[in-house]
Amino acid sequence: MKTTITILMGAALMTFFVIGCGGEPKGRGGARSDVQDAALKTYVAPGDLDEYYIFKSGGHSGQVYVYGIPSMRHLATIPVFTPYPATGYGFDKESKDMLGQFTWGDSHHPSLSETNGDYDGRWLFISDNANNRMARIDLRDFKTRQIFGPIPNVSGNHCSSFVTENTDYVLAGSRFSIPLPRGTYEKIEDYATKYKGVVAGIAVDPKSGTMSLGWEVLMPPFDYDLGDAGKGPSADWGFWTCYNSERATGKLEVTASQKDRDYVVAVNWKAAEKAIKEGKFKNLGGAKVIDPKDVEGVVYLLPAGKSPHGVDISPDGKYIIASGKLASITTVFSHEKMLTAIEKRDFTGNEDGIPVLNYDSVKEAEVNVGLGPLHTQFDDKGFAYTSLFVESAIAKWQLGTWEVVDKIPVSYNIGHLAAAEGDTKNPDGKYLIALNKLSHGRHLGVGPSQPESSQLIDISGEKMSLLYDAFTEPEPHYAQIVKADKLNPIEVYSKEENKHPKAIWDIKDSKIVRNGKNVEVSMIAVRSSFEPWKIEVNQGDKVSIYITNIEQTTDELHGFGLNEYNINIVVDPGETKTAEFVASKKGVYPFYCTNFCSALHQEMQGYLLVK
Amino acid sequence: MQRYLELATSFFETPIDLRGRLLVILAAVVLMPAFFTPLWNLSLYSNQFPDGLELNIYSYKLEGGKSQNRDDLKEINSLNHYIGMRPLIEDDFTEFKWIPFVIGGVILLALRAVVLGKMSKLVDLFVLFTYFGAFSLWSFYHKLYVYGHELDPTAAVKVPPFTPPMFGHETMANFEVYSFPGAGSYFMAAVPLILFGAMWFSRRAEQVKTYKTQG
Repeated sequence: MKTTITILMGAALMTFFVIGCGGEPKGRGGARSDVQDAALKTYVAPGDLDEYYIFKSGGHSGQVYVYGIPSMRHLATIPVFTPYPATGYGFDKESKDMLGQFTWGDSHHPSLSETNGDYDGRWLFISDNANNRMARIDLRDFKTRQIFGPIPNVSGNHCSSFVTENTDYVLAGSRFSIPLPRGTYEKIEDYATKYKGVVAGIAVDPKSGTMSLGWEVLMPPFDYDLGDAGKGPSADWGFWTCYNSERATGKLEVTASQKDRDYVVAVNWKAAEKAIKEGKFKNLGGAKVIDPKDVEGVVYLLPAGKSPHGVDISPDGKYIIASGKLASITTVFSHEKMLTAIEKRDFTGNEDGIPVLNYDSVKEAEVNVGLGPLHTQFDDKGFAYTSLFVESAIAKWQLGTWEVVDKIPVSYNIGHLAAAEGDTKNPDGKYLIALNKLSHGRHLGVGPSQPESSQLIDISGEKMSLLYDAFTEPEPHYAQIVKADKLNPIEVYSKEENKHPKAIWDIKDSKIVRNGKNVEVSMIAVRSSFEPWKIEVNQGDKVSIYITNIEQTTDELHGFGLNEYNINIVVDPGETKTAEFVASKKGVYPFYCTNFCSALHQEMQGYLLVK
Repeated sequence: MQRYLELATSFFETPIDLRGRLLVILAAVVLMPAFFTPLWNLSLYSNQFPDGLELNIYSYKLEGGKSQNRDDLKEINSLNHYIGMRPLIEDDFTEFKWIPFVIGGVILLALRAVVLGKMSKLVDLFVLFTYFGAFSLWSFYHKLYVYGHELDPTAAVKVPPFTPPMFGHETMANFEVYSFPGAGSYFMAAVPLILFGAMWFSRRAEQVKTYKTQG
């Protein structure tokens, strides 16, 4: 009876609040902001441009999402590992070949190319946790230009794709250790001895950005989780965290959470490069793999607080900051102390021949940040920002004094966080984005499948302040923020740069050529017609249609949708793309322009006639 | 009557003085940039093109504005095809072949007048150049007329035949069209003025000389 009364009173009070606060937001609660201040700082007037780009990984959507900051407007989706009908990605022969056998990927960590430790605006690399690949997006046209992999021996490419300070290498590695080379069977009971992980450096051509195999290091069967490349004094090093140094299998949430410390892996990639050059490697699964048992000086382990997740290098390159997600501290290691310990052979043991450094000798500080620390970013004033998953907050702390100076709640359960130019030697400060895992309905209801929440936080002042909530389709893991003026994307492919052998520019050159059962069509798409508009073939013919969009004006895209043949091509101005299919079905099939182009867009159509 | 003929003859025989010859050289020099700068400029503004589509007509070529993301000539032709207007292509402009030739000829004639130094040569040059200028203007107007009148009867959008503006501003469908002479035309226009000056000064010098000998 007493309970009932309390509930009734509670309900009455609630009603009072709802009625009494007519002007207040009606969301479900959680973090709030000073409305006027936030509005002024985030409003980008019509026709004005944002100050920063943010590139968010799309998780198991396989894509990359591009937003503007501070408006938090969604600007584009760049398809990477998954077909995307909106841009025709994965339907034309060129992108289909690039996607290969897979129709999805799990894009995890985007990494902007760097020159001297600053984003240079050339490429964006992104890792695929599912099918062990790495993709390169060219920021000149925001198009995926290379998908490299599956990378030999890498299994579950999660701890990837961090670039070295001059984009010499993109880092990769195994989250799920397996018997090597891939395709080998070993009993799961032999996990601790017969299963292996690797960490790797994918080489990047400095001119073209083309990725190729660099070096790999054979590692104990731990789960390699995240990474970062060194900067400045630590530029020759790559770092990864790992969990499951227990070498356990089964219910990992228990079995891999037994030890108080796991490791940060430190690889001297210059030494790895040298070892490869000197032939100190074995060929495994087609890759050059260094076994630390045979080669000294390449890899070391730093003990780090329970099941560490993120490892981040401070802008000056002096500190290696690892967060133990099951601890309440973030551990700061000194790169200089690490080098001294290596020199003095100050080891406390080894794992499969890899020296474990003495924790007390390499530790600089333990920062008491709060519960469930994951990742750390930096600003321009010597502060670090660590995300706290369990606590649903961000801790701001000072490098050097190691004191926490501010905390802000986020909604809810933050994973990664990204600061403006936050992974460079020269972070901008100003903005920080919390990439939260749960939105708990802080938006209009859209059913059980909920978007993820990203929160824009102002970090220009002493206190952090919340500015904006934005929502993104599943599921951004990591993101990077780059100053907009570092990019200058094109909007039209000039006729001169189109090197496609089948490109044509004059309607007079459009033609249909039959060669046995192969039919090749050279087609022009221009406002508002296809030429030829009539393609007659025999059932069973292999048809290749090379479509050139001869427009030279921004935003004049043309689409080519072929009904019931599952063909959906989108051709940008000045581009040539290929639709390739077998005319397996008899009858007459219309094709039409899918991407609205002009007043007579509806008239832009034709027929495929299959005899 | 006879007196007027004699006067005319003496006028045509008048030598061009130093100042006059320098002015003729100046006229020849001024004509040179007319070759390298646009003779006419058309700008088309609309909601979709707030920065304007640009078309520059030179003595020897047609040039649209060109940026990383747009080729204006191609765009103007793409848009014009909806009303059935022929694409603007250089091969259709015979002017591009003869105008540079005539400009070169005029420069040579000017130098000839400087060397021979007689008023008659200047008069030839002045008349020929004025005729050339007037004919070019008519030819340009005629081109505009033909483009605007010989529209494909099967065009998607039917518009009454029209002549695009040659001078000034006009609203055409969703476009505000501005058409004005380019720098080249101003150089061309300066030539007859300079020549007239040369004639005037030479005549005055001769009159003063005659007056002095007689007086």
